[in-house]
Amino acid sequence: MIVDLQNLTKVFPSRNKKEKEMVTAVSDFTFTIPDGKLVGLLGPSGCGKSTTLYMICGLQKPSSGKIFFGDNDVTQLPPESRGVGLVFQNYALYPHMTVKQNIMFPLQNLKGADKLDKDEMLKRTVEVARIVQIDDLLERKPNELSGGQQQRVAIARALVKMPRVLLLDEPLSNLDARLRLQTREEIRRIQRETGITTVFVTHDQEEAMSISDMIVVMKKGVVQQTGHPQDVYNSPENLFVAKFLGTPPINVFDATVRSGKVYIGDEAVIDVPDVPDQEVIVGIRPEGFIVRPEGRFHCALNGVEVMGRDVSLVMNHPAMNVPVIRAIIDADVTVDPEATEVGFDIKRNKIFLFEKETEARIFFEV
Amino acid sequence: MGGKNTMVESRRPWMAWVYLAPAILLLLVFTVWPIINTFRMAFLVGYRGLEAVQGKTFPFGFGNFTKVIQFQDFLNCLRNTTLLCVITVPLSTFLALLISVCLNSIKTLQKGLQTIFFLPYVTNSIAIGMVFAAMFNIVGSAHGTSNQIIITAGIVNNIITFFGGEPVNWINSGSTYLANMTVMVIYIVWNALPFKILILLGGLQSVNKQYYDAARVDGTSRRRIFTRITVPLLSPMIAYVVITGFIGGFKEYTSIVGVFGEKMGPANDQGRLNTMVGFIYDALENNHQGRASAAALILFGIILVVTLINLQVSKRRVHY
Repeated sequence: MIVDLQNLTKVFPSRNKKEKEMVTAVSDFTFTIPDGKLVGLLGPSGCGKSTTLYMICGLQKPSSGKIFFGDNDVTQLPPESRGVGLVFQNYALYPHMTVKQNIMFPLQNLKGADKLDKDEMLKRTVEVARIVQIDDLLERKPNELSGGQQQRVAIARALVKMPRVLLLDEPLSNLDARLRLQTREEIRRIQRETGITTVFVTHDQEEAMSISDMIVVMKKGVVQQTGHPQDVYNSPENLFVAKFLGTPPINVFDATVRSGKVYIGDEAVIDVPDVPDQEVIVGIRPEGFIVRPEGRFHCALNGVEVMGRDVSLVMNHPAMNVPVIRAIIDADVTVDPEATEVGFDIKRNKIFLFEKETEARIFFEV
Repeated sequence: MGGKNTMVESRRPWMAWVYLAPAILLLLVFTVWPIINTFRMAFLVGYRGLEAVQGKTFPFGFGNFTKVIQFQDFLNCLRNTTLLCVITVPLSTFLALLISVCLNSIKTLQKGLQTIFFLPYVTNSIAIGMVFAAMFNIVGSAHGTSNQIIITAGIVNNIITFFGGEPVNWINSGSTYLANMTVMVIYIVWNALPFKILILLGGLQSVNKQYYDAARVDGTSRRRIFTRITVPLLSPMIAYVVITGFIGGFKEYTSIVGVFGEKMGPANDQGRLNTMVGFIYDALENNHQGRASAAALILFGIILVVTLINLQVSKRRVHY
């Protein structure tokens, strides 16, 4: 099912009644979710990603704009007529029902032609429980389950009525770090197996990047960038997206472009003959540093963190715009931990220029 | 300082008792001793305080209990009390549940209506009883000058006649037991609502809204949401109001005094609506402390058994 969001806008009245101001949670959101894909809505808290999800679901009505499921305009339809399955952040499993009753509950609501007999309901329940691998827990109550198991029950309950679209609100935020890794693979597997178009919301960029076919990065209700996770990471369209994606985060500097060279401090780091002279903000990915004592860029070394697979250099620079600079280099490159300064060359495809005022990307020939 | 003992324990253990003394003293005088004394008096056959002061001794035995049970009046009280409990508790719980669900689902006027529903709780029950007595009066109150006396019927009968019905003798001399009980049921239910609404509404408001969102996404009908989600999630609160309702119901007394006065019945049949607590008061008033104590223990036993049954039922019915 292709989900087409056209100019979705959601405006809430301000909590403070004296101010008549309205709060815009989502502004002019236009995006097409391809059929059978897993899409991550990504952004810091309060960016409108959950509101967008609830609008797709139907629990909230958009102030303007339209939502299409395939060719059907569902904007005015209530949630139950949309054929969506929703998994809540804290699962919202009915505490007084067993796992089986929880999963079966949506089926028992079906009316008219869709109505199922008891055997069929049970068959479907067991089937979907098997997909999420909880078929041995059917008689338990939710409070007898671990967080990860509850999560699976919630997904099973959303899947059992075979929704056209599956929606997950912060599906992993209530799980511990280990379970999170495991469960996100699980969500990926379930989505692939069922082929249901799936949208999930997260503030964790790693989570979104690792399992999504596409991500939508949002900030204050406005879509910043959409695309395949790796493409967005490799080519952020503005400083916000560059900063939001990647761990460790991108290193940001104040810089100037003078006669085709990018100057950080008084060092010309790279040549950009096609960029006019101006003040810019420079972002360098941690993996964009190549250690070379005679290199074009130098930073003061604070410490070396060896992490086995690679080495992280923690550094300072007078022009930096972040608390600390981090470079990730291969473990086989030796850096003297006692050194006060390290020289680098910068990989051209790992350095981004942004306009000082608008923070929009300035592209140059790589 | 040893890690195991707290400061109070290791240094001045008696200080704790000093701090607790006022509360313990009050409890001993006003709670523990009366309980012990009640048991003592109940088992001293024919015990009367006045005679005891004069030095009379009473034999130990079950005489007070057998006497109480043989009283026609006692059986009447037991029947009235039980009937009122069995009718009003389920009725008021059900109504309170409906009202709190409705209140919870509206936004405008919620606070105002909540206040109105809560009014009976803060109003003196004798005052409410007198208002009820006036409302259900058949004769109405006479007022005006000596030349011109206007007689008005109670408002309930006025409403009945307005819709073309026959006025009913609710509480006055010659009224039926059924009419009397109807008035009392209305009064008690209405009076019991605020507390129950308060508890159930509080319970409803603490229910995670996401359960309802989840139910909506799954297309659950309102009825099913009520029976399959709201009621089970509220079951601990429902059990609480039912148990406290039964306990309160068995202690019913002031409501009847409020409507019928101390005679506990219409003028031609005094004592018709007497209750267990009323019976105890009457015995005390006649200086039959032994009989009163025995009746109090019987009442205590009944409440205990009913509460135990309630707890057993709720164990199976109350979810999580």
